[in-house]
Amino acid sequence: MSDGEAVIEARALVKRFGDFEAVKGVDFRIERGESFGFLGPNGAGKSSTMRMIGCVSPASGGDLRIFGLDPTAHGSRIRARMGVVPQQDNLDSELTVLENLVVYGRYFDIPRSECKARAAELLDFVQLTDRANSRVEPLSGGMKRRVTIARSLINRPELLLLDEPTTGLDPQARHILWDRLYRLKQQGVTLVLTTHYMDEAEQLCDRLVVMDGGRIVAEGSPRQLIERHSSREVLELRFAAGTNADQTTVLAGLGDRQEVLPDRVLIYAVDGEEVLGEVHRRGVPHESALVRRSSLEDVFLRLTGRSLVE
Amino acid sequence: MTTLPAVRVWEYYATILRRTWKTEVVLGLLQPLVFLLGMGLGVGSLVNSRQSSVDALGGVPYVSFLAPGLLATTAMIVGAFESTYPVMAGFKWQGFFEAMAATRLSPMQIVRGMFLWLATRIGIFVAGVGVVLALFPDTRSWGLLLAVPVAVLCGLSFATVIASYAAVCQYDASFNYVQRFIITPLFLFGGAFYPIESLPVALRPIAWITPLWHGVELCRGFSLHTMGFTTALGHFAVIVAYIVVGIAICRRLFIRRLYR
Ligand SMILES: Nc1ncnc2c1ncn2[C@@H]1O[C@H](COP(=O)(O)OP(=O)(O)O)[C@@H](O)[C@H]1O
Ligand SMILES: [Mg+2]
Repeated sequence: MSDGEAVIEARALVKRFGDFEAVKGVDFRIERGESFGFLGPNGAGKSSTMRMIGCVSPASGGDLRIFGLDPTAHGSRIRARMGVVPQQDNLDSELTVLENLVVYGRYFDIPRSECKARAAELLDFVQLTDRANSRVEPLSGGMKRRVTIARSLINRPELLLLDEPTTGLDPQARHILWDRLYRLKQQGVTLVLTTHYMDEAEQLCDRLVVMDGGRIVAEGSPRQLIERHSSREVLELRFAAGTNADQTTVLAGLGDRQEVLPDRVLIYAVDGEEVLGEVHRRGVPHESALVRRSSLEDVFLRLTGRSLVE
Repeated sequence: MTTLPAVRVWEYYATILRRTWKTEVVLGLLQPLVFLLGMGLGVGSLVNSRQSSVDALGGVPYVSFLAPGLLATTAMIVGAFESTYPVMAGFKWQGFFEAMAATRLSPMQIVRGMFLWLATRIGIFVAGVGVVLALFPDTRSWGLLLAVPVAVLCGLSFATVIASYAAVCQYDASFNYVQRFIITPLFLFGGAFYPIESLPVALRPIAWITPLWHGVELCRGFSLHTMGFTTALGHFAVIVAYIVVGIAICRRLFIRRLYR
């Protein structure tokens, strides 16, 4: 691994809730300026990990350093230098957008006038200047998310934690957010985010870990992960309902590897078109066929045997 | 220029109040006025016509006896209410405690800020009662200037205990118990409407061990100029003890709830 300055370092990090182990000993190291992702399905332990990094949840075991500091002893000092976008927005619906930002800035002891100046700047950044004086309540989900992101930046954080920043948003709202996050990354902010969208991880993350059941099952850049755990292309075949499983014999030997999903069969290969040609030659009747590049979704499927988003 | 963390937490609440303060002031004045007129005139005319009753009250008209108690009961009711639903809102419905916890504020700073706010909130209503009492000759007294802040502390002593309870409650239905088993009984048995000496001996400890009676005694003592220094100190000590211990417990429970 490279030898840049570590912003976050975790060794054998564990989180237990009673008898249940939500995070089962994970190791990772995140460097300054990096954009790092935790990719995994619901219940993988992403939020639990993020909350430990955010110094609002004590680790049950292992070692965690943020900015080289120990969260149990220096939680307040660490939190002063980072911004947090929690999985659930916790904006104050009774306050206006601007008031939400100013009040939050005051928690960091930023003078009121400075809070207002920064809030105006940030609302411009998330394209919500015209909503500054409207209450939060009637805003759309995407707008609330942007307000939360603006709020998380009020203390000019070096490190920004985003827990599922775009879950539940429509495609347009997601693209606006991705664009803003990309700009932050260019400004040198270290981004740490969780997601269960592979396209989000591919768009935003320099490096990511795949989490499943409280464990890290793979680590690398999106491209490395695909190269390591999947083939270059995938042929997706759909058959008449309920006949997927019957196709194994006719498809035998095709591609490097096959996955039979409830709604389709995936055939992994270096060259998808070539496999499709062979499918035609064998005269296998199918309803549709699609050749595409391998994605993180395929990596996840390979590593865990399950789809990322059910 | 740095501002005390508790004050910065207080500012959050004050931002909300900026919208609603007018109705609150009207309510804060109207409620004690109605209560005082109703009890003072109605019950007062009954009580004042019986010499033994007047003697039991220390020789003052009923309304003069009742009025200072109203400072303490108002403080208790506001302090108790404001530390139930509004505290749960911070954990559940609005999540503002969670938002605060993610910043550089420490749990103790959040808790102190909340109580600074609750004291303000109690103060607004108690001051309203104080203003109403200053309007009438039978209830007017320089002692009110001491009684009002003491009543605020009395209300705060309830707030620290009940906010601690709210910090462990998952559902707001739990708050019905506060109303039924604490506030209503104390309102009736806390010495606000009659001297607790009128109660059966077995019931008096309820008054002794809870802060309301101590607050009532202090407010009344100051208003009627009947309180000795050492007695006052004793009552004061009970109230302060509730606050100090209550805040310490509250801090622990906030940590448990927020930093899971
Ligand atoms: N406060 C908690 N108490 C008990 N169990 C929890 C708590 N928070 C999370 N869990 C459990 O831990 C597991 C991981 O949750 P979480 O970290 O939220 O996963 P993710 O964010 O990846 O969906 C889940 O099974 C969840 O039910
Ligand atoms: Mg989560």
